[in-house]
Amino acid sequence: MTEAQAYQRPELVCPAGTPAALRTAVDAGADAVYCGLQNETNARNFPGLNFTPAELEQSLSYAHARNAKVLLAVNTFPPAGRFALWGEAVDRAARLGVDAVIVADMGVAEYAARRHPKLRLHLSVQAGASSPEAIRFYCEAFGVKRVVLPRMLTVAEIADLHRQIPCEIEAFIFGNIGMMAEGRCSLSNYVTGASTNMDGVCSPAADVHYEEDAERNLTTRLGPFAIDCFARAESAGYPTICKGRYFCSAKNDAYYAFEEPVSLNLSALLPDLMRAGVTALKIEGRQRSRAYVKSVVSAFRNAVDDLMEGREAAFASLLALTEGRRETQGAFAGKRWR
Amino acid sequence: MEIAVQARTSELTLGPVLFNWNPERWRDFYFRIADEAPVGCVYLGEVICFKRAPLFEPQFEAVAARLTAAGKSVVVSTLAEVMSKQECQLVEGVCADRAAMVEVNDVSALLHLRGRPHHIGPFMNVYNERTVAVLARGGARNICLPAEMPAAAIGALCAETAKLGVSVETQVFGRLPLALSARCYHARAHGRSKDSCKFICENDPDGMPLHTLEDQPFLAVNGIQTLSHDYLNLIGELADLQTMGITRFRLSPHSCDMVKVAAIFRAVLDRRIAVPEAAAQLDALKLDAPFSNGFYYGKPGHSWNRASTH
Repeated sequence: MTEAQAYQRPELVCPAGTPAALRTAVDAGADAVYCGLQNETNARNFPGLNFTPAELEQSLSYAHARNAKVLLAVNTFPPAGRFALWGEAVDRAARLGVDAVIVADMGVAEYAARRHPKLRLHLSVQAGASSPEAIRFYCEAFGVKRVVLPRMLTVAEIADLHRQIPCEIEAFIFGNIGMMAEGRCSLSNYVTGASTNMDGVCSPAADVHYEEDAERNLTTRLGPFAIDCFARAESAGYPTICKGRYFCSAKNDAYYAFEEPVSLNLSALLPDLMRAGVTALKIEGRQRSRAYVKSVVSAFRNAVDDLMEGREAAFASLLALTEGRRETQGAFAGKRWR
Repeated sequence: MEIAVQARTSELTLGPVLFNWNPERWRDFYFRIADEAPVGCVYLGEVICFKRAPLFEPQFEAVAARLTAAGKSVVVSTLAEVMSKQECQLVEGVCADRAAMVEVNDVSALLHLRGRPHHIGPFMNVYNERTVAVLARGGARNICLPAEMPAAAIGALCAETAKLGVSVETQVFGRLPLALSARCYHARAHGRSKDSCKFICENDPDGMPLHTLEDQPFLAVNGIQTLSHDYLNLIGELADLQTMGITRFRLSPHSCDMVKVAAIFRAVLDRRIAVPEAAAQLDALKLDAPFSNGFYYGKPGHSWNRASTH
């Protein structure tokens, strides 16, 4: 058996924060794009991002004409009394013919499964389903067809999981990486009053402040709390609580208590992930520019095609996007990360 | 309205100890709770780290027996994050005891408990009545809401769940559980990994404080869990919560005098003392952190807001 035959061809799932980014991703070779509506029904509810219903409809035509799928993220948790907005999003997805909705909340999943039994359901990473038992529960209860795995499993664990669940696996391969278990973090709400789970917001820009002192050191702040401080020559990161520096009694100096500010890059593990039975490779970055989307999608498109045809995959073009920034394989490479 | 409130009983509950206390201290804490604390229900079991679970195993039976003998109902809480084989096995083991009432903190346990009466813990994402309905059909009898739920959503949820035969519980005291991770931050702070941690978390009975670069107290680390520095205190909101239909009020254990804390909350639930007096008694405990109640008001969780009942 040749190397190429050991793989199944994975679907490349790419981010689209805007209709323009969606077209860019499709043109660059995305098999599927994921996007959200302009409200708190999705986990990237930021100003200037996401789709109006009309834009979603037009984008579906564009993608479907080019054999690309469109997945709609309805992956936040509706607070009681406000469910209608989430119900409308699911109804709209079904009416417009999106290829799948990505859900996290059990109430939303149940609503979609009951009202629209033919609508394909993917389980969002925000559901935090990290064990075979949890994934099987969602498959049996709501007919979920694919799970987006939390970024906490090693490749070996993913391969093991693949054998124990009745649905497809989608895994993140590139982009921003939060340190906390997805869908189980209210740090941002603790500081800002806007909830990641209910409002789709993490570190909202309105609560971010940059303060320069006389020596031109830059303190980044979220609400009233200092998250990090950068010397004048350093490039300042966006203040996200799980990427900040803090003091604790075990250390003399301030340290990254949760993780250094790194981004995920699994390009080197791509063959292993494909062998492990991953059906879909997901690129993070709905908040990113079209230029970024084009570079990353093109690089992974070429890499997957190369691997499928038995060639070495080249990732030189990704270096430009991670240059000067630190990258990690996170939990995927092995248990020592934990 | 007032009649309806009084017709429903209000039960004080004690959540699981979230921290890695010395096993003898853990046992003695529960013995004292059994003998002295006016709580009706006690949640037992390791919720944060599967490696800690065996440490408490030898004391578990005696503690459960003492609590039961004192007339308290005992519910066994499961792990909040389940990923590895050992974690799956631990949850499966807890659920296999068919005599036990189990509190589910991760969806994996739901698969084992289908059709059996059980509780849903605060680490599950239950934000709306439709999710409650799904869980109730699977056997859920009590649901403890996520700590970040604002009053408006609590009220709306209780109004709809009353007819589902599910009681609703919410945390009213103790550090707020804010995040879980695959990584152990206690181990990380000491240059170790989760596998080689040597149980360094045992030195921090209320969590390891994290301060900002400006030395402002901010968060508390407990293994894979991150908690608030502040202690949640909803003593001034108890009456409103009762009116909404919350019937169970959870105290999250800390190293402070939890018997005293329970007595203060019980006295307010029973209208035996007024809120200002209770608040003064809680202040007199001189905890190492301020109180907060922001989540309830839909404000930043760390903030302190004047209760409407004051």
